[in-house]
Amino acid sequence: MLNILKKIVTTGIVTEKCKAPKDAELEALGIEIKRHIDKKFSGSIAIRQVDAGSCNGCELEIHALNNPFYDIERFGIHFVASPRHADVLLVTGPVSRHMQTALLRTYDATPNPKWVVAVGDCAVCGGEFGQSYACCGAVSNVIPVDVTIAGCPPTPLALMKGLLGLLV
Amino acid sequence: MNWTTTFLTQPVSWVNPEMPDKPIGDYIGGLVQHSPLNNVAVWQIEDKHWQQFAITAVAENLRWIASWAEQADKQFIVNACFEKQGIYIVLRTVINATKPELPSQATVYPAANRSERHTQDMFGIHFIGHPDNRRWTRHQAWDKHQYPLRKDFPVQGEPPSITPPDTNYDFVKGYGAGVYEIPVGPVHAGIIEPGHFRFQAVGELILNLEERLGYVHKGIEKIAEGRTPDSLARLAGRISGDTTVSHCWAACMAMEQAAGVSVPNRALFIRGIVAERERIANHLGDMGAICNDVAFTFAQMQFTRLRELWLRTNATVFGHRLLMDVIVPAGVSRDVSELSCELLKQDIVMLKKELSEIMPSIDLNSSLEDRLYTAGYLSPEIAAAFGTVGYVGRASGQDFDVRRDAVYPPYNQVTVKVALEDQGDIASRFWVRYKEINASLKLIEQFINLLPKGDISMPWITPSTDSEGLGIVDGFRGEIISYVRFGDDNKIARFYPRDPSIVNWPALEKLVLGNIVPDFPVCNKSLNGSYSGNDL
Repeated sequence: MLNILKKIVTTGIVTEKCKAPKDAELEALGIEIKRHIDKKFSGSIAIRQVDAGSCNGCELEIHALNNPFYDIERFGIHFVASPRHADVLLVTGPVSRHMQTALLRTYDATPNPKWVVAVGDCAVCGGEFGQSYACCGAVSNVIPVDVTIAGCPPTPLALMKGLLGLLV
Repeated sequence: MNWTTTFLTQPVSWVNPEMPDKPIGDYIGGLVQHSPLNNVAVWQIEDKHWQQFAITAVAENLRWIASWAEQADKQFIVNACFEKQGIYIVLRTVINATKPELPSQATVYPAANRSERHTQDMFGIHFIGHPDNRRWTRHQAWDKHQYPLRKDFPVQGEPPSITPPDTNYDFVKGYGAGVYEIPVGPVHAGIIEPGHFRFQAVGELILNLEERLGYVHKGIEKIAEGRTPDSLARLAGRISGDTTVSHCWAACMAMEQAAGVSVPNRALFIRGIVAERERIANHLGDMGAICNDVAFTFAQMQFTRLRELWLRTNATVFGHRLLMDVIVPAGVSRDVSELSCELLKQDIVMLKKELSEIMPSIDLNSSLEDRLYTAGYLSPEIAAAFGTVGYVGRASGQDFDVRRDAVYPPYNQVTVKVALEDQGDIASRFWVRYKEINASLKLIEQFINLLPKGDISMPWITPSTDSEGLGIVDGFRGEIISYVRFGDDNKIARFYPRDPSIVNWPALEKLVLGNIVPDFPVCNKSLNGSYSGNDL
């Protein structure tokens, strides 16, 4: 127990703030997100992530949003387990045809008002996989998309920037 | 069968790289050919001996690794790959396309089960006597009598505008007082890949688990056809995002063999550095996630912090956090400067220090001990029967590592220490990862110190039509096999990557038995199979 406490204290808070100049953009973006969320979502936005055929690269970077450096929850953005609790669907992958119905049902299960963010090159335009017998291509071929965040995969910073786009 | 036994018990010398190559089109029944498949012997047999070979092979303790097929005009070429003591052989047979059938090897090797069903769905080859004739990769996106990997099937196919859900898959049923069923997925509660799990449980106890995968089937094998080497390398880097380096390496290795391109030494060492960095990044993520699944968030926070630091160095030195597209055919795309080498060395010192502070807290934690020890037990016998690889196999006493046992450069310049545990539980899979991190740190250090000067890539040579290659590397999940055959004009005719998940996934169905349903997430995480790498 003492070891754990010691490590926690010596590690300190690594969450990045304005005064860290190289990542200043991060904090600026975060504050911006918070302001918009406050206006539209009363300080809270619930995201349901749906992997619709991704290679898992995008998921790794979405995971990173919750690490102590980015700690996206401090801006009231949190990930939820059910689409019924969600305001936003964060969709990755070139929508494999085997996931098409699952994605449509997840979309239907999300209450209005809802927004869809297509994350990663595959979700934005089909990426490396494109459209084929096995893939529908871009997410917008299946459900309406409000914001796109390109990148293969997008970095955590790009993801935060993209979420901002949804809220302005 | 005497001929099989003779072949299998022949000394190592039968893998003789000096043997003259014979054209692959020149099929000789029952003879060994040395093909351009590196040092891997290709043995062509008659189709009627297919199962008999497996029976002999299993008696000789050969490990089943992979099987794949391809179409050549009115024939199908079917391959199966085996390994013993670091020596690989590819078994090959040719069957007629008008009535394509072959005796099943899955009756002997459970590991071959899903792979043969994949071949059945994609080529329409019937495996006689297969213990499970249900479809596997096919859901509802194409018809029962359509076979996507046949040449007459267009890449675009004829999919319905909305692919219906795959509702009528014949799951194993459980009966009896108090037995109930829990369907989970494809959309899961966490930020993870999609797949379906069907549990039969009594109270909290898991009686049976059945996996139903294939939800992220992206037609990788089909869309690989006709690509250039550069384009295939990009695709291979996206088979499974967490294994981008190793899949790309395996595919490039196969293409380089086929083309007879030798990769400059410096590039090989850089490949070694990025592959080991990828292994460490993933192990850090997994170790944190395993602790998180038993609600020990201290470790999760510490490991995600270390992983983030690690990925940031990747971005600084190699230009990409996950190291995508660093490996390219005939070399690497990024050189490392003196300054970068210093950064990489500092990273090693940093990680060693951090882990030395964190690991004692984990080792001494009684709640982790309570949840991770004896949970998710995979016996060495089952681990061997399924041919499990990587940390899953190594935590259950399967002492195999491509980097040591079928060594490829740059690992031939260093000593690879293979981590091993024999308890077979989640704790073993956790500590094997930790041991592997330490081993990888040592390897990176040696690679940096030995880094030769010179070019980082060579000009590409267009391979002759029908030349083939087999790339075998050790990714963070274990052994990856990548088969490539070139067609005309530098274009890929066939690409088959076997992710380690393909052999590791079935072990999950076994190791959860007798555990409680709430322990399934941590059991699953300890195995951490790739859905994307499995579904292709």
